[in-house]
Amino acid sequence: MLPVAPVALPLLFAAALAALTKIISQRFSQLIAVGATLTSLAIDIYLLKGSATHDIVYWFGNWRIRDGVALGISFTIDPFGAGLAGFAAVLTLAALLFSSEFFDTAGNHFHALLLAFLAAMSGFSLTGDMFNMFVFFELMSAAAFALCGYKTADPGSLQGTLNFAVTNTIAAYFVLTGIGLLYARTGALNMAQMGRALSSGRVDTLVLIAFVFVICGYLVKTAIVPFHFWLADAHAVAPSPVCVLFSGVMVDLGLFALARIYWATFNPVLHAHLPGLTTLFVSIGVATALTGAFMCYLQRNVKRLLAFSTISHVGLIMTGVALFAPAGLAGAAIYALAHGMVKGGLFLAAGILLHRFQSVDEHDLYGKARREPATAAVFFAGAVGLTGFPFSGLAAGHDLMSASAKSAGFDWLRWIFIFADGVTAAAALRAGGRIFFGWGPVEREENAPKHEEKPETEGRHQYTPATMFIPACVLVVGGLLVGFVPDLKQAAIAAATQFENSRAYAASVLDSQYLRTVAPAAPEAPEMLPGLLALLGAIVIALVHLFSARGRQLSSALWKPLRLLHRLHSGHVGDYVAFLTFGMACFALLCVYCFS
Amino acid sequence: MNYLPYAVAAWLFLVGLYGVTSSRNLIHLIMCVGVIQSSSYVLLLAIGYRVGGVAPVFVDIPANSRAVDPVVQALMLTDIVVEVAVTALLLGLAVQVHKRHGTLNPDRLTKISG
Repeated sequence: MLPVAPVALPLLFAAALAALTKIISQRFSQLIAVGATLTSLAIDIYLLKGSATHDIVYWFGNWRIRDGVALGISFTIDPFGAGLAGFAAVLTLAALLFSSEFFDTAGNHFHALLLAFLAAMSGFSLTGDMFNMFVFFELMSAAAFALCGYKTADPGSLQGTLNFAVTNTIAAYFVLTGIGLLYARTGALNMAQMGRALSSGRVDTLVLIAFVFVICGYLVKTAIVPFHFWLADAHAVAPSPVCVLFSGVMVDLGLFALARIYWATFNPVLHAHLPGLTTLFVSIGVATALTGAFMCYLQRNVKRLLAFSTISHVGLIMTGVALFAPAGLAGAAIYALAHGMVKGGLFLAAGILLHRFQSVDEHDLYGKARREPATAAVFFAGAVGLTGFPFSGLAAGHDLMSASAKSAGFDWLRWIFIFADGVTAAAALRAGGRIFFGWGPVEREENAPKHEEKPETEGRHQYTPATMFIPACVLVVGGLLVGFVPDLKQAAIAAATQFENSRAYAASVLDSQYLRTVAPAAPEAPEMLPGLLALLGAIVIALVHLFSARGRQLSSALWKPLRLLHRLHSGHVGDYVAFLTFGMACFALLCVYCFS
Repeated sequence: MNYLPYAVAAWLFLVGLYGVTSSRNLIHLIMCVGVIQSSSYVLLLAIGYRVGGVAPVFVDIPANSRAVDPVVQALMLTDIVVEVAVTALLLGLAVQVHKRHGTLNPDRLTKISG
């Protein structure tokens, strides 16, 4: 029963809290939510340890495999899946603690929704059944929509939530259509069984269409260009603790689904086309990283700035996954972990600013937070952490991804890493310089659209409560130090090798045989130069922007062609869906080219 | 094999997407999302349909008789349940949008951009 607990426990308590919302006090409800989250975290860690040698396969109701046909639904747990579920629990814990002062007047629904969100994320990472994955995807989306639009009194919040909800619901139909087509071909819903059934055929139109639908659906969740529009809107309006979950783990789950479905189901049949797919996905990742970085630099709303930075970073993580090699995937996983924590801390710092000063606009907050050394320290540590300077958590991920890219012939990827990390960190440092030190000029005139955001807490607050500060601090410090965990790289490579071994996955699910996988050795010395370059670049760009009028003129001349890009982010849901359709058509054409 | 149901599913999908893209009213837009959803129902039913098949209830018919595929029906039912929740949420949002913005036209929602 243990493998089910990370899903069942939060879900049960979510239902209980929602039912008892009128009876129990908000404090008590928070306590229960924290308890349930901690328990599922402990079980996730246990599963992470238990699955290190081979996948754990759990059949619901003991409906097992008969003659190679899965009669029931399985959870197939590997270290990445369990680790992702555990990471979701950690971030949920941070969000729960942070929100204790937050919704002074709101009911207990917030806790129930967070628990349902956690249950869906855990199930999504642990399941071995494609339709089951879709159901958790939908549950996750529904909880996310409700959490995102929690402040219904705020007009901007409604618009952002609507864009988020409509695009992601359409993405879910893409996934469902793809699953339906795959079922028509294979008669299976279990990912391993589907993979085995597909491998006996060839790549025809049906496999191609199913691949495009399923992958595009999950790419929307990952916010890959041109499916990324919803993410910035959703992050700009969602309550800060919810942003932590959106940015820290929800986007990574989309990539997890992409990798899981590719390796479990499509790899046996598409293996011959792997070089083409690598080029395709690496290019999409690079496009996302660059778009996110440019858009990030143009923002003045701190939360929206951080959201575009997330888009940029998820593009980088995508390139790691897209190398389809153990070191690349391992690097992507470490990078995602470190990035999720650092970015989560930054969002919480933005939440503290909103709590204290009722704004997250860089120019509104100009110099207002001068007497906030603690918040400033967290914010700057996070901003610098985004550069992936040597020995930080992000640098550990960089090292592995760069090494993998080099051996795959994509050596130039390291320059993309340096550029995207440098520009997004520069944007955060610039905003921090304005807000915490009052550096540089300030735009009082309103040429940029101003985001009126209602404060999440009532009245003015003279101090920052410990429940807000500690989670932010712990997340940022944890993200920076995660690179120092002993043998982290080797463990991640071992897990990635296990993840990418389609034969071992199929054997453990379908034949109850556990094949041993041999992991390659991790590259030795950490690289110093890329991290230092990104750090230096970020500081120089931020300082030039703040202190040199000529530098600002030059940079605005350079950014001018990008105004068009800026205008594409119209906030109009119809435009977003048009881009979604267009992107899927392009992706389909590229896949046809790849597979031909 | 009859291609008509697949053509209908594709048509519903495209026409729903067109509706969402060009909609001037949020309620209409949410219903267009529902049209896309119906496309997946038609697709799933077409996949599970067997010519001459009976309902897959094996209480009073021989166990080897030709029946339609119950799995896709279960998928569809699950999908309906999930989507009812999402549609209700979307309509609730539309009500709130009308309250706060005084309009249901997505062209006039301009709080966020850039």
